[in-house]
Amino acid sequence: MGIIKASKLGFDYFKYNEEGEEPEKFRAIDQVSLDIKAGQFIAVLGHNGSGKSTLAKHMNALLVPTEGTLWVDSVDTSQEEDLWKVRQKAGMVFQNPDNQIIGTVVEEDVGFGPENMGIPTEDIWKRVDKSLEAVGMLAFRDKSPNKLSGGQKQRVAIAGVVAMKPECIVLDEPTAMLDPNGRKEVLKTVRELNEQEGVTVILITHYMEEVIFADKVYVMDKGEMVMEGTPREIFSQVDKLKHYRLDVPQVTLLAHELKNAGVDIPDGILTTDELVDALC
Amino acid sequence: MLRDITLGQYYPSDSVIHRLDPRVKFVSTMVFIVSLFLFKGFTGYVLATIVLAAVIKISKVPFKFMVKGMKAILFILVITMLFNVFLTPGEVLAHWWIFKITREGIVLAVKMGIRLSYLIIGSSVMTLTTTPNQLTDGLERLLGPLKKIRVPVHEISMMMSIALRFIPILMEETDKIMKAQIARGADFESGNLIKKVKNMVPLLVPLFISAFRRANDLAMAMEARCYHGGEGRTQMKPLVYKRMDWVAYVLVLIYLLGCIALRIWGGMLP
Repeated sequence: MGIIKASKLGFDYFKYNEEGEEPEKFRAIDQVSLDIKAGQFIAVLGHNGSGKSTLAKHMNALLVPTEGTLWVDSVDTSQEEDLWKVRQKAGMVFQNPDNQIIGTVVEEDVGFGPENMGIPTEDIWKRVDKSLEAVGMLAFRDKSPNKLSGGQKQRVAIAGVVAMKPECIVLDEPTAMLDPNGRKEVLKTVRELNEQEGVTVILITHYMEEVIFADKVYVMDKGEMVMEGTPREIFSQVDKLKHYRLDVPQVTLLAHELKNAGVDIPDGILTTDELVDALC
Repeated sequence: MLRDITLGQYYPSDSVIHRLDPRVKFVSTMVFIVSLFLFKGFTGYVLATIVLAAVIKISKVPFKFMVKGMKAILFILVITMLFNVFLTPGEVLAHWWIFKITREGIVLAVKMGIRLSYLIIGSSVMTLTTTPNQLTDGLERLLGPLKKIRVPVHEISMMMSIALRFIPILMEETDKIMKAQIARGADFESGNLIKKVKNMVPLLVPLFISAFRRANDLAMAMEARCYHGGEGRTQMKPLVYKRMDWVAYVLVLIYLLGCIALRIWGGMLP
């Protein structure tokens, strides 16, 4: 069994209206099954309202499935007594950098998770040093988070999760509120963590350019898992992606159009270099 | 314009006072405030002045920062002094219409003035030399015994530190909303008081909505990082008394005993 395994996961949201009538049921995810191996870089794509954030919250036991089961490192997330174990194993980074930083000083925020876990003081400091170094924010340790840029804040948030020594990190649209530079910064940090520390990464996003490095890509639509495969497999199906209202990277789109126009190039071009090679 | 307001007027500097444990500073400030109301004669105030001046000197904080806090209470100070001057019965020095100025009144007014201003300066010394974070930490530890009677001490201090973190963020947001509403023709400047308050509604409603949304996000982020109250929680920066702190406690004790002695035997000045 992989680090995260879901079997026929389903989750219902209830919409309550003001008259206090029967709540309206809304299926956010339906029949989702996946199996993620330790050390992989996984991307989950989907349009707004496709249920990808709901899925992410399940991995951290912030939400408990209505039906089906989700295991994080062989622990069933619906077991109340294992709640803190699950949250330690699967760290989570959210979209808004301002709303997830608790400490008034960078290093204190990174120490927040270990503090909650009851780690002895000395070890907290070691962990904080190590995780700040891993995200390249050691120089900012005694700064106020309010003085940092969006990308830097997200890196602090990532460090805060890394300090809890998780098996995997779930990032729920971590770059959605950042400028292009901040996005690059955060992605680089995440990839380094995955490659050097061997942390399993689950990146939830709707930016296509961010997923070309992933080992495996899942595509969600209306709560269902509709596609899965390597980035190349996924991006070779441009028309299908368009149907799910997802934008493919510009290069891939160009290659696709060229191919439709009769140029002889292979499917699933991901980078500019590949297209150049294929054309010349 | 709103961004200029800062709460917690910490003045960063490297002095013995800055490095003291926040608990020591809190207790000392309390003792100092109590001592101000303990004195009968002016000898006590001379003692308090010497101690206060010495502490300010050691703290390396410019004196003008101390006086800044005074502006806020100037009005109360003047009113209190006036009441004391005119309404204390005793030997009449001057008389005009229904107002009488008495000797006792003047003495009492001067004492009251000194008390109030020293109270403000004394607590400014504490807030100027202690970061808001240290203050909440210190309070949490000092109020620790109250946990036994089910006062949620940890939760209160956590709320305080989160509030401190979000004040600048909400300030910025207020600024943003204000500009957005002005761009849509809102008027925050003109009209009388009631109209001005009414005009604040389009500012406050979005601000509250956004604050609630932030609170929701933050609560989720805290839970995701295993936050489950103060139980079983360790601290990254636990407060530990050092030698310096004990010395400070002894000095405070000596000061307190001195004040009590003055109260019992009286000083040389009236």
